Amino acid sequence: MKGIRISYTSREQVEVYRFSWPVSIGLPLAMVGLQAFAPVRLAFLRPFDFGLLLTIFFAISRRSPVSGLLTGAFIGLLQDCLTSTPFGVFGIAKTLVGYGARSIGVAIDVENPSTRFLMTFVFYVLHLGVVLATEHWLVGQQIHFNLGHETGMAVVNALMAVFLFSLLNRLKIRV
Amino acid sequence: MNFFKRHENAVVLAVVLLAQLLALAVQVKRQTPAGPVTLLRLVAVNTLAPFERSAIYLGGGARHVWNNYVDLLHVRQENLRLKAEFEQVRLARTRELEDARQAHRLQALLGFKEKWIDQTVAAQVIGTSGTESSRLLYLDKGGRDGIRVDQPVITPDGVVGKVLAVFGDHISQVLLISDATSGVGATLVSSRLQGIIKGSPNGELTLNYIMGDETVHPGEIIVTSGGDRIFPKGLPLGTVAKVAMGRNLFLDVRVKPAVPLNRLEEVLVITSQVAREPEAAGQPHVRASDVLSQHLPGVPQAAAPSPSGAAPNANQGAQKP
Repeated sequence: MKGIRISYTSREQVEVYRFSWPVSIGLPLAMVGLQAFAPVRLAFLRPFDFGLLLTIFFAISRRSPVSGLLTGAFIGLLQDCLTSTPFGVFGIAKTLVGYGARSIGVAIDVENPSTRFLMTFVFYVLHLGVVLATEHWLVGQQIHFNLGHETGMAVVNALMAVFLFSLLNRLKIRV
Repeated sequence: MNFFKRHENAVVLAVVLLAQLLALAVQVKRQTPAGPVTLLRLVAVNTLAPFERSAIYLGGGARHVWNNYVDLLHVRQENLRLKAEFEQVRLARTRELEDARQAHRLQALLGFKEKWIDQTVAAQVIGTSGTESSRLLYLDKGGRDGIRVDQPVITPDGVVGKVLAVFGDHISQVLLISDATSGVGATLVSSRLQGIIKGSPNGELTLNYIMGDETVHPGEIIVTSGGDRIFPKGLPLGTVAKVAMGRNLFLDVRVKPAVPLNRLEEVLVITSQVAREPEAAGQPHVRASDVLSQHLPGVPQAAAPSPSGAAPNANQGAQKP
């Protein structure tokens, strides 16, 4: 039977996943720990914002706005704990990313690697913008922005997202 | 009620953001024996650190076996080269020691008081902040090892930073000199100009408050001035990398750090400093004329008549260099 091709991203076809508790709690801890402690010995890991990548991944997989923003807040605050800046700088940025990623996640095909690349690139830039704005306007810190460097970081993180998301897919449980 | 149901997601987003904005404004702090630490940070760091420390130690063990039992190629040649280098250094050290003794004697005469490094604790770097906006390190030593807030952290190459917080018996946090909130009193070695070395958001070091009419050359060495009352005087901070006219009548001096701040694995924390007057160690009091006579070309001295009446040796006084 030749049916009408339904887009994968149509509302009816959107797949929602959940994660086990150990993954929900342990993975953010492991990723933030990896980001903070691994670069001491493995310098090539320094550019990656694993907390951001995980926030995007959880948000597009669960497709629940509340869970997306709460996951973002949890990961962001965890990162804030390891810095000397006031709590909330990364928390606010990742809360917004979590919420935004979920909104995008129900509208486009998030299983496609090129979509994942573009989406992560955009959210990296958004995250950076919110962090810089918070540091400048709310915390009163001096900020530094280098377009070339930050574009490179966004590309590198987007590439890592394509690789990492395919690995993390194995942890998803279909609802 | 209907409004909240209809806009549930937006309301939750607003509440979570508001809570974090409040957290930014009001930061709860907890008093620890080593100083005030934010409670949330204390819990988070102590949760994450043990796993990372174990991983670092396991890795260190494997590296130890490799480095000390397997990877010993070229060790003999390196040993010979180092021996030759050591001899050179020993010669240079003898000369410098003499200069230092003389400087100490002169300082003692002027009654200078200096801070001397009395005790240090070696610590291993086990982590960073993981972000570029905070330039921090985590060390595997804490309160039990005598680490306290504001203690200087160095390596044999120079200054690294200062202890920002102590999270427990075996973990502490170090603020690098490249952090935007950091500042160290500094002196240019050749010109003796004084300023403050500050970090920046991109991790670059700058020497501030050098007047525009002063002359600073790239390559000049910068050391701690001791004026901040944290770092002992004379520790290497870096070298001048670039000089340009800045704003507000001051020079814009960029500094290359003496220590590779993003590749640190081990550091020393100065846990004790003593203020004391430099002493001419083991040296008897000597007259200025004696010191001069040691350094000036010898002049034949007229020999004093010996009590025995023997003829004095005319060349005796000319033996000094």
